[in-house]
Amino acid sequence: MKISPRTRNYIYFGLFMAFIAVSFLLKYEPGVAMGNNFYLFAKDMVLILPPAFILIGLFDVWAKREVIEKHFGETAGARGFVWSILLAATTVGGTFVAFPVANALYHKGARYSMIMTYITAASLVMIPMSIMEAAILGPKFTAVRILVSLPLVVIGSIFIEKLLLRMKYRIPEVQEVQK
Amino acid sequence: MIGLYIVTAVLVLVSFLADRRKTVHGIKIGVKKFRKILPNYLKLLILIAIVLFFTEGLIVRYLGQENGLLGILAGMLLGSATMMPGFIAYPLAGVLVERGVLYMVVAGFVTTLMMVGVLTYPVEKEYMGAKGTIIRNGVSFVIAAVIALAMGVFYGEVIL
Repeated sequence: MKISPRTRNYIYFGLFMAFIAVSFLLKYEPGVAMGNNFYLFAKDMVLILPPAFILIGLFDVWAKREVIEKHFGETAGARGFVWSILLAATTVGGTFVAFPVANALYHKGARYSMIMTYITAASLVMIPMSIMEAAILGPKFTAVRILVSLPLVVIGSIFIEKLLLRMKYRIPEVQEVQK
Repeated sequence: MIGLYIVTAVLVLVSFLADRRKTVHGIKIGVKKFRKILPNYLKLLILIAIVLFFTEGLIVRYLGQENGLLGILAGMLLGSATMMPGFIAYPLAGVLVERGVLYMVVAGFVTTLMMVGVLTYPVEKEYMGAKGTIIRNGVSFVIAAVIALAMGVFYGEVIL
């Protein structure tokens, strides 16, 4: 019998949950700690991912290719980077949400440098995170981090685009559910 | 978080009023994409839970290096290998700074924590492809190193 990677991941998940459940029953410390770590992330993902994916689906049917191409595509120019960074700063859920959004943008005609800027900026300039950072480590830390990183992110993204284009790279299409 | 739900609800409603069939189709696409990626997200959660358990002690132990550059390297490697929600990462960073860990080391750690994701690979490769994922993370690692050094200059920890 062949087991698909999908099913395999579900099996891993089942085994892991069983391990956590047994750990809690037997008060096995490492298992309890891992269970708590799991809960920390799972709680957020369970709340954020379903609405995020509904929005991605709506984006898919409504967003016009020409509009995306104009603002994030070949002809977008410097302003495209500003849009990408603004979109990133307001993306809830960080990279977990940014990956599927970037993929959807790409298949609507956004260029590599824009989606790479978007993903990277989504992990660097999330507004709520940055406010917390400034409160704990000081505004100077946050200011230096953001001001130094943004130009590097744009330059890095342009470099990645050149590399990917030279490789004639295609980003996978995520659509059908594999059976 | 509540904002996300309000925005989603409003947009679904507006979309529904504008075009019922398109809306249903869009939601179906979203559900399909979600179902396809869900097992990868679950795998990611398991990896995070396990790795976080093993690295928490290492972070406190290895970031307070005497040698700043080794400290940055340790911070960046641990930051790349782990993932933490901000409400854990920043208080931890605050504790590290109080213990005298250099700002540039903390910067290398938090920047790679957010930008470089070894653990997020199972999800990222589905959307960016394997090579795209590796290249993006590689470039991010270099950028994080520059940020850490820049932080050292601004805080007077590196003398040029």
